Amino acid sequence: MIYRETGQFKTSYASDQQLFPILQDRVVVIGFLVFAFAVVPFVASEYLFRAILTPFLILSLAALGLNILVGYCGQLSLGTGGFMAVGAYAAYNLALRLPDLNLIVVFILAGLCATVVGAIFGVPSLRIKGFYLAVTTLAAQFFLDWLFARVGWFTNYSSSGSVAAPPLEIFGYPIQGPVHKYLFVLAIVCVLALLAKNLTRGAIGRSWMATRDMDVAAEVIGIRPLHAKLTAFAVSSFYVGLAGALWAFVYLEAWEPLAFDVNRSFELLFMVIIGGLGSILGSFLGAAFIVILPIALNQLPTKLGIPLSTASISEIELMVFGALIVFFLIAEPRGLARLWAIGKEKLRLWPFPH
Amino acid sequence: MSASARNLTIAFFALLAFAAVSPMLFQGVRFPQWLEIVIGGLMSGVLYSLVALGLVLIFKASGVFNFAQGAMVLFAALTLVKLMDHMPLVAALAVTLVVMVALAWLVERLVLRPLVNQEGIVLFMATLGVAYFLNGFGQIVWGADVFTLDVGMPKEPKILLDKMFEGGILVSMEDVVAALIAALLVASLAIFFQKTSTGRALRAVADDHQAAQSIGIPLNRIWVIVWSVAGMVALVAGVVWGSKLGVQFSLQQVALKALPVVILGGFTSIPGAIVGGLLIGLGEKLSEVYLGPLFGGGIENWFAYVLALVFLLFRPEGLFGEKIIDRV
Repeated sequence: MIYRETGQFKTSYASDQQLFPILQDRVVVIGFLVFAFAVVPFVASEYLFRAILTPFLILSLAALGLNILVGYCGQLSLGTGGFMAVGAYAAYNLALRLPDLNLIVVFILAGLCATVVGAIFGVPSLRIKGFYLAVTTLAAQFFLDWLFARVGWFTNYSSSGSVAAPPLEIFGYPIQGPVHKYLFVLAIVCVLALLAKNLTRGAIGRSWMATRDMDVAAEVIGIRPLHAKLTAFAVSSFYVGLAGALWAFVYLEAWEPLAFDVNRSFELLFMVIIGGLGSILGSFLGAAFIVILPIALNQLPTKLGIPLSTASISEIELMVFGALIVFFLIAEPRGLARLWAIGKEKLRLWPFPH
Repeated sequence: MSASARNLTIAFFALLAFAAVSPMLFQGVRFPQWLEIVIGGLMSGVLYSLVALGLVLIFKASGVFNFAQGAMVLFAALTLVKLMDHMPLVAALAVTLVVMVALAWLVERLVLRPLVNQEGIVLFMATLGVAYFLNGFGQIVWGADVFTLDVGMPKEPKILLDKMFEGGILVSMEDVVAALIAALLVASLAIFFQKTSTGRALRAVADDHQAAQSIGIPLNRIWVIVWSVAGMVALVAGVVWGSKLGVQFSLQQVALKALPVVILGGFTSIPGAIVGGLLIGLGEKLSEVYLGPLFGGGIENWFAYVLALVFLLFRPEGLFGEKIIDRV
């Protein structure tokens, strides 16, 4: 009754092609953005910003990047953590060696560094696919881990191997405190999510999806696989690299190569699977799920009065992760985003299901 | 195999062989030391082969790339260690085997059967989930400490060939025993696959699922059997690895090394898993000792992957894998 498109006529191409063709969707999205930008900073606690909102936003950016590669272009990657590390260390070195550079430029350049590295490691995808590709991206992961741990130049010869980000400042305006950091990340994520949505709607996104669905058929209708796959790797790595830079600069502030190890790659892959392959919204839902789950698992036993050690909580976390992955693959291979879409369909008919 | 791919393969191995011998030519390394490293490399390669073997078995029979093989190795080793506190070795081995068979049955029931006919990538991700679950489960049930596993393998190394070379060469007897166990395992697997009717059924399923099913081979039972066999291989690998390195979480990470092994050897070939494992072990040790100092050490972690990656570029089906004509 509330949610239906009856009476909303599309009288121009622009209105036919807009992002959210249904008025109610637009209202909800704009309302949500206003809420996130204008209400949350005033009501949320510092803990919420630090432990949930900021990591959630940054990880959803990384998941978005991975989703472009895995969900839209169908190229499995296990090297996401490595590409995040490229972004983080590129940003660190740029900020260190060119201190006058604007932070936004630093982040964009860091993303571009990851783009180059990602495109290089994407080259094998032109010859191989599936598991073989997964292993080559795993090669990227281990190689990059080693590179940042062992080659002193990247860490500015820091003896412990850990590096610290410089203070954040844009146009002379310092970004300090959880609220400012949250708003900064939120703004970046919004812009990039919009960009990703439009990329996937456009010609390039269609070429990715065609390659994913059937590469031979895509080639027959004139899509160059080389172009489609390498752009997917490049765009995906840009997002992932930028997320890595944000993760390092905004969330961690001081980090070592271990922050971007192979477990991070798996975690991001889980976000994409649970959230929904080939869905922008899914990346956010998956990231939210994976960020909140460990915290919920941490709080739940104490709330219920069951004493559990932190070690066994992390083990339960592993079990729940594993079980959920299998559950989602069986029950809803298209993830939380699909559940959301089903809910919307149901809502359109409600309360008269005929 | 096309002529150019064959030439490239030959060139690749010629280059590898040359690189393996080159320390003696350029760095003045003496033969006994070199031989010691080669033997050490081959022995650790045997261990990689053991894990890779499990991967290949499952991939052949069900087309599933089983990421959980490493977790199964860890789980089997943990179970064995804990059971050995309560019973003698043989009984513990038997009970662990039963546990692995039960695990195989559960995986087939709860994971593979609902996902039948899904794409390979989906199944792969499901095994990732199984791996996580097993890791968490194993540690919750058996604890997350580092355990020492003592199944009576000889610990002290022996000096061999001391008549031929001055000082002889040091060989770890543990590795030799491990290699013998691996050889025994491969031989018994070969007999199982070639001579028994179940083995024939397994090969039929590996060849063509639908054809196998249409002549009355029960796919579900075959999957349980093949996962059980993989569980048994994981147990053997767990025993060997565990007594060498101690039973701990990092066993799982070491098992990731089996991935480049199967890539090099081919996903569908048991001999490929063995040869690939040996090559990777050898290449890793030699590169670490002679090439490592140039790069600042620690290249063991990625050398195997890069080796496999280079090889993939001109021979995507691996050394002995089936040639699949496929446009990419």
